[in-house]
Amino acid sequence: MTDLSPGGTLPAGGALSVLPADHYLHPSLPTVWFGAVMFALTMYLALDGFDFGIGLLYATRDEEADRETLLAAFGPVWDANEVWLVAFGTMLLAAFPRVYSKLLADHYLVTIAFVMALLFRGVAPELREQRDEERWQRACDRSFVAGSALAPLFFGLLAGSWVFAVSPVSLPAVLTGVGLVALSVVTGAAFLAAKTRPELAASVSRYGIAATAVYLVGVVALLGVVVATDASGAGTIRSIPGVAVVVLSALAGCFGVVFAHREQYRAWLVSAFSLPILLATLLGALLYPTIYPSTGLTVADAAVSPLALNMTTVLGFPVLLVVLWYFRFLYGVFSGPVRSESYSP
Amino acid sequence: MSLTAYLASCVTDGGIVSPMAGFLSPELASRAQFGWTISVHIIFAALSIGLAPFIVYFTWKDVRTESAVYARLQSFWLKIFAVGFVMGTVTGIPMSFQFGTNFPGFSEVAGELIGGPLAFEAKMAFFLEAVFLGVLLFGRDRVSDLQYVASSVLVGVGAWLSGFWILVVNAWMQTPRGYEMISRNGMEVARLTDPVAAFFNPRMGWMYVHMVNAAVVSVALFVGGVAAYFVWKKRDATAWQLALKMAIAVLLVTAPLQAVHGDAYARHVEDTQPQKFAAMEGHYETGQADLHLIAIPTSPDSITDPRAENLFTVSIPGVASFLASGGDFGAEVTGLDAYEENPPVPLVFWSFRIMVGLGFLFIGLALWGGVRLYQDRLSESDRYLKSMMATTPLGFGALLTGWYVTEIGRQPWVIQDVLKTSEAASPTLSSAEATGTLVLFVVVYVGLILAALAVLKWLIEDELDRIDVHERPGDSGHGPIPEVGGDD
Ligand code: HDD
Ligand code: HEM
Ligand code: HEM
Repeated sequence: MTDLSPGGTLPAGGALSVLPADHYLHPSLPTVWFGAVMFALTMYLALDGFDFGIGLLYATRDEEADRETLLAAFGPVWDANEVWLVAFGTMLLAAFPRVYSKLLADHYLVTIAFVMALLFRGVAPELREQRDEERWQRACDRSFVAGSALAPLFFGLLAGSWVFAVSPVSLPAVLTGVGLVALSVVTGAAFLAAKTRPELAASVSRYGIAATAVYLVGVVALLGVVVATDASGAGTIRSIPGVAVVVLSALAGCFGVVFAHREQYRAWLVSAFSLPILLATLLGALLYPTIYPSTGLTVADAAVSPLALNMTTVLGFPVLLVVLWYFRFLYGVFSGPVRSESYSP
Repeated sequence: MSLTAYLASCVTDGGIVSPMAGFLSPELASRAQFGWTISVHIIFAALSIGLAPFIVYFTWKDVRTESAVYARLQSFWLKIFAVGFVMGTVTGIPMSFQFGTNFPGFSEVAGELIGGPLAFEAKMAFFLEAVFLGVLLFGRDRVSDLQYVASSVLVGVGAWLSGFWILVVNAWMQTPRGYEMISRNGMEVARLTDPVAAFFNPRMGWMYVHMVNAAVVSVALFVGGVAAYFVWKKRDATAWQLALKMAIAVLLVTAPLQAVHGDAYARHVEDTQPQKFAAMEGHYETGQADLHLIAIPTSPDSITDPRAENLFTVSIPGVASFLASGGDFGAEVTGLDAYEENPPVPLVFWSFRIMVGLGFLFIGLALWGGVRLYQDRLSESDRYLKSMMATTPLGFGALLTGWYVTEIGRQPWVIQDVLKTSEAASPTLSSAEATGTLVLFVVVYVGLILAALAVLKWLIEDELDRIDVHERPGDSGHGPIPEVGGDD
């Protein structure tokens, strides 16, 4: 293995030479990056989650006008939402390459199945618009619904088998998958209720309420199974933060149901979106300070060397703020009720 | 085609077929899967990179002049852009996971070097493109004119930045710099020592210019081919005459640039990756090298083993030496005999020739069009219009073969002189899993390509209806768009 380091053409490190190469900018930088990776995961669960929910609720709509409304709510934002997945994956690779490669190589089939589901979900609405023909549109609809149902399921299998160090076909992983599907329906319904006409809002909120119940039962069952089988993370669940997250989720779920009943959809939106945040917090708490439980790898051991992490921090964090700013712009432009006629292509 | 031939050659020389009959070895299947999926992805990515400047121009003109011509062109090409973008997204996401699923050794060894650029790509480029494409497609009546035009610019910037960061990664794989090998968790991995040297490694500038220009050439040919078809159908379709002229003007600049740049690029490859250069030239024995302008195999064997002596060549003695050394006709050029393990030479050799041949074809076509344009006889010449139509997809063909030269020519290394592809492949993957997903990707992506072509066909049919060309027998059920046809 030869080192082809530069022959002195550039000052070593150039403008970045101010960055220390022998220590992290702050000793807790690997932990901060663990937090950043979990933040991207949270954003993905919350934002693409509601996209999946729209796709699932789409299956309950027979009227073409309703379907168009759902597609119009989904159209401008789904792609930007999905990029949080890419952000999660690449940040994991940048900060903890060993975890990235273990996680994906150890869960090969689930990962491929997940990206395939995303593919069918992603292309369907775009292709549907291109041809006004019954059979073509039905085929695209099926692809949209199936992709929206399977993507959170497979992603849950992947996340569950990672966090609890179990196989993707074991009970904890399956419960995580089902939980994510239910959670998607909750956030999707809350999002639609806040943005569409009253009849549609009332109708989707019924599904949202049922899904909240399924989700809460699922989470309790999952944690019960984990404690009973003493899978990885069982200790944390019995600790105070573990219990607190579960209690908060139950409260958020119950308040959400009340708000949905009273047609206070904005309040419901807030409580519904606190669920994925709490879930990701729980998953993060179950992992930390390990990051890959099945081999016992810790955050500190898996992190890249100081120079690389310092650089990604200094260049990456400001950019992350800019990203958040233009997300605000995007959701600002498309705030207010969905207008299905604004679909132009 | 080339990939199948290559696979066949791997099977015969490497003996890496799995003992389990019917399945490929996990390594071979992973390589085929990666090569296939990126080949499809790169076409849509190049479409976005190349079409972005056209979209910006049409959008700006549309907003500024409110002319029906530009409104028409903007709406037609924006639809194509939107479909291409979605295809690029759904094929791009599997790419970013395959580094881990199929080449975990690569991610682990190079993670510190490639992770940063890939994360920047997601944060700086993909978010930018996705957010503002949402505004561009759906927000016309929700934002001001200025914000609308700015959105088109930001989408373009996003596409060009995606290309930049991903090419930082690929260029580093060709000419790795700014790292040292250390042992971590019992494995030899690369540690970043100098970010600037790593990102701006010697290959980076070459690759970015050549790739971005290739994308613009490919899209100009695509736009020109579609425009030529409409002009051929209806000679006075003003919007399409304009599009055809634009395409020719763009080609007149970019097609020659591609060849001039490519020629210098070849010298850089010889400097930095002599083994790849030797494969490109079919140069087996170290010594003086001739430049083969034309190489025609004299027997079928020489297609699969293009040693210069088995070819009918029109060569200039010593010129490859001259080019490689920058001035010495007798200079020694390292031949493939100097290495233990070589890339599949025929694929690299012929891919290189196809790319260069097409490059000259494009220059010829641009000049011919330039002359017609100068004589103001563009829409009269059936022969010219038909040649443009026939060339519509060939830019993408040149782009793919160029990438085959780059990637296959680097074998057996995945990171030149640092990591072999065989060490990068997943040790836990089974033959059945790898072969199964390969088949799945082939089937699904063929479906995607067919869907994209069908959409293109429907858009073209709609446009024919709109410019009032009726000749199809049964109508397919989607009528003409009743819009002001002010341009024809
Ligand atoms: C429209 C597409 C197109 C056209 C017309 C050309 N190229 Fe090209 N070429 C590419 C598209 C491309 C590419 C796909 O974009 C590559 C792959 C990697 C890269 O940087 O650009 C490439 C790579 C590439 C390489 C580097 C291979 C490597 O990195 O190992 C060389 C030496 C050339 N080209 C040379 C040429 C020459 C002499 C041309 C003369 C006409 C030419 N190219 C036309
Ligand atoms: C930054 C961008 C790229 C990276 C990081 C990358 C990385 C890789 C890796 C890891 C492999 C697998 C190992 C191997 O078999 O060589 C590979 C192979 C391959 N790549 Fe790339 N690649 C990139 C861009 C491209 C592009 C744009 C193409 C264009 C079509 C391409 C075409 C291929 C092909 C055909 C193979 C298979 C080669 C073989 O099996 O011998 N790659 N590349
Ligand atoms: C192995 C290498 C590659 C990986 C891992 C990869 C990954 C991705 C991903 C994840 C996306 C989707 C982003 C979104 O959701 O918006 C994407 C899109 C894109 N990629 Fe790639 N890509 C690779 C190679 C390339 C190459 C070589 C280029 C061009 C030089 C390129 C240019 C683009 C562009 C312009 C887009 C935007 C989507 C589109 O317009 O089609 N990619 N890529």
